[in-house]
Amino acid sequence: MNPAAARPSSRPFPYRVVRRARETADVATFELSPVGDALPPFRPGQFAMVYAFGVGEIPVSVSGLDDGEPTLVHTVRAVGAVSRALYGLRVGDTVGVRGPYGVGWDLASAAGLDVLVVAGGIGLAPLRPLILDGLAQPGRYGRLTVLIGARTPSDLLYRAQTRAWGAEAHIDVTVDHPEPDWRGDVGVVTRLLSRGTWSPSRVCAFVCGPEPMIHAVAGELVRAGTPPHRVQVSLERNMRCGEGFCGHCQLGSVLLCRDGPVTDWGRAEPLLAVKEL
Amino acid sequence: MTTSSSVPGAVISASEGLAALVDVLAEDRTVIGPTCRDGAIVLAEISTADELPHGCGVELEAGRYRLVSRPDAMIFAHSAGPQSWKTYLHPQRERLWTVDRDARGRLAFQAEDVAPPAYAFLGVRPCDLRAIAVQDRVLGGGPHTATAYRRRRERAFVVAVECTDPGATCFCTSMGSGPGVGREDGDAAAYDLALTEVLDDEGHRFWVRAGSPAGERVLGRLPHRPGDAPSRVAAREAVAAAAQHMERAMPPVDLHALMAGSLDAARWDDVAARCLTCGNCTMVCPTCFCTTTEDVTDLTGDHAERWQRWDSCFDLDFSHLHGGPVRASARSRYRQWLTHKLGTWHDQFGESGCVGCGRCIVWCPVGIDITEEAAALHAESADRQAAAEETP
Repeated sequence: MNPAAARPSSRPFPYRVVRRARETADVATFELSPVGDALPPFRPGQFAMVYAFGVGEIPVSVSGLDDGEPTLVHTVRAVGAVSRALYGLRVGDTVGVRGPYGVGWDLASAAGLDVLVVAGGIGLAPLRPLILDGLAQPGRYGRLTVLIGARTPSDLLYRAQTRAWGAEAHIDVTVDHPEPDWRGDVGVVTRLLSRGTWSPSRVCAFVCGPEPMIHAVAGELVRAGTPPHRVQVSLERNMRCGEGFCGHCQLGSVLLCRDGPVTDWGRAEPLLAVKEL
Repeated sequence: MTTSSSVPGAVISASEGLAALVDVLAEDRTVIGPTCRDGAIVLAEISTADELPHGCGVELEAGRYRLVSRPDAMIFAHSAGPQSWKTYLHPQRERLWTVDRDARGRLAFQAEDVAPPAYAFLGVRPCDLRAIAVQDRVLGGGPHTATAYRRRRERAFVVAVECTDPGATCFCTSMGSGPGVGREDGDAAAYDLALTEVLDDEGHRFWVRAGSPAGERVLGRLPHRPGDAPSRVAAREAVAAAAQHMERAMPPVDLHALMAGSLDAARWDDVAARCLTCGNCTMVCPTCFCTTTEDVTDLTGDHAERWQRWDSCFDLDFSHLHGGPVRASARSRYRQWLTHKLGTWHDQFGESGCVGCGRCIVWCPVGIDITEEAAALHAESADRQAAAEETP
C-alpha cells in the first residue's frame, strides 16, 4: 500500500443549491455552492458522487467549466430514486458531493485539430464544459462543430445557450420525433455526420450519449478515417464509490470510475462489442 | 530474535510456546484464530491457545466440507475454512459516514472515525497471506485509499502458518501462493511471524521466523530455542510434501490471455446451466472485494447513515443501470466473475485475483470447480486454435 500517494476515501461535502434551471420535463440544471470547504476543481468529463439526503448517491458528470469559482454545475435527468430526488431540489436545499472522480476529456490532445462534439440526449451534459473550454480558447483548435440529437424538441438541453454557441461554432441539431413547430432535422444524430465540414484525419471527436448512439457515431467516424484514439467517448456503468473500491463499474479490463468514464474508442470498441460484458 | 547465521529461525513448543504466543499477542491485541465451531473451522477471537482446533482436520471436495478428528494432535493441519481474513480487514458491513439535518435543512456530514481494533491474526495460511496482499493493492494501491481498511491493516499483526496438509480442493502451488510463505529469508512486508508446525519423534513444535521488527520483539518474549537443523529440515520437508500432495492445479497456461480470448466461449453456457448465481464463491473468496452501499434514515428523518456491505457480481442488481442490468444472464455473470478473477484483475491491479485456496470449489452448492472450468476453457481454446490451423 502506498497511502502517501493516495487520497483517502472521503465523506460528502455539503453544497447548497444556489440556482436551479428546468431544462425539460425531466431534466434540471443546478448550480451548487459549497457550504464550508470546497472540493478540488473538476475538469470537464470528470464526475461527482452527489447525495440526496436519506435517499442515496449517484455519479453525475460536471456540466460547468471551472472558472475559479468554487461552484459546481450539474445537469440531472430524473430516471431513478436518487435522480428524481435531485431533480426535485429547490434553491436553498443542501446536497452532499464527493469528487472529483475519474478521467476527463483530453481536449488538449485536439490542439491544432478540428473539434467535433457529438451528443445524444443527456449526453450533452458532460460535453458542455468541454464545449465551453473549446470556445474559451479560440485559435488553439480548428473548427468546432457540435452535433446534438434528442428524442423530441422538448428534450433539447441548454437551448438558449446552444443558440449562442452558434456564433462561434457550427451547431447542428436533430430530433427523433418532431413536434408541430419543429423546422430542423429529423433522424438519428449519425445522419448529421455525413455533412461533415471537417477532415476525418484531422479531427478530434468527443462523443457521449446512449451506448448504441456512441457505437454508431464512433464506428462511422473511424470508418471515415478518424484514428480510434482521436475518438473519445464517455461511458456509463453502475457506480457505488467512485474510488475504485466497489467493483460495480467494471467494463472488462476497465474500472470505469478510475480509468474512465472518458476513454478512447480504441479501448472502448472491443469492450462494448462483447454482449453483457 | 535468537538466530544463528547458518540456521535463521527459532523453535517454540506446541504447548508452552504457542500458549505464550497467544498470551503475548492478547496483551494488547484482539487475537483471531481458527476454532472448531458448528462443524467447521471458524475464525474467532481467542484468549488462549486451547481454543485452537487441536486435532481437527477437514475433508473437502467440490460442494462438500466435513470436519474430522485427526489421529494426531496437529493444530493447523486443516485447510482454509469458509471465512477468510477479509471478514476482519474488509468487514461484511461497515458504516462509512453519518449525516444530520438541522431545522434549516443544513447537512453536517461526519466520517466514521472509530479507532479499529489492533488485530493479531494467528494461523494465516500462505494463500491467505497472498490474498491480504491482493486486497492491499485493490483497496490502497490506486489513486484513492480506503481509509478504514488501511487503518485496520496497518495495525494488524500477522502470524502466518505454513500449510502442511492441504485439502483436496487446494491448488495454491499452481498459483504460486503456497504452501510455504516464500523464501527462507521471508518477505518482510508479508508477515510478522511465520510458523511451520512439526510433529515427529523429536516432539510437537513450531519452526518460527520473524518477518518484521514487531515479530522479532514478540518472538523474543516467547520461550524458544535457537533454530536447529533437524527442525528446519523437518519443516521444509513438511511444506514440500504438502506441495506434492496438492490434488488440483490450474492449467499451466497464461490464464490472463486465456480469459481475454475466451469471452465468447461455449463453455459459459455449460457452466451457466449449473451455476445458481448464489454468490457463495464471491462471499468465501479471500480476494473478492466488491461492495454496495445502503442509505438508511432513523425515525426522526433527520439522521441518515451510509453503510457499505459486501456485494456480489452474481447479484442481478450489481450491474444495474437505468433500463436494466448490464449482465442479465447467468452466463455473463459467471463469466464476469471468472474472467475478472483470473484475467482482468491483472489489467486492473497487476496480478491475479486467485490465490488457489479452493474455497469457491468447496462452498459452491453445485460443486463448480474453478480449475475444471479454466481447464475446459483452455481445451476449447486449444480446439479452436487447432481447427483454425487446419483450415487452409
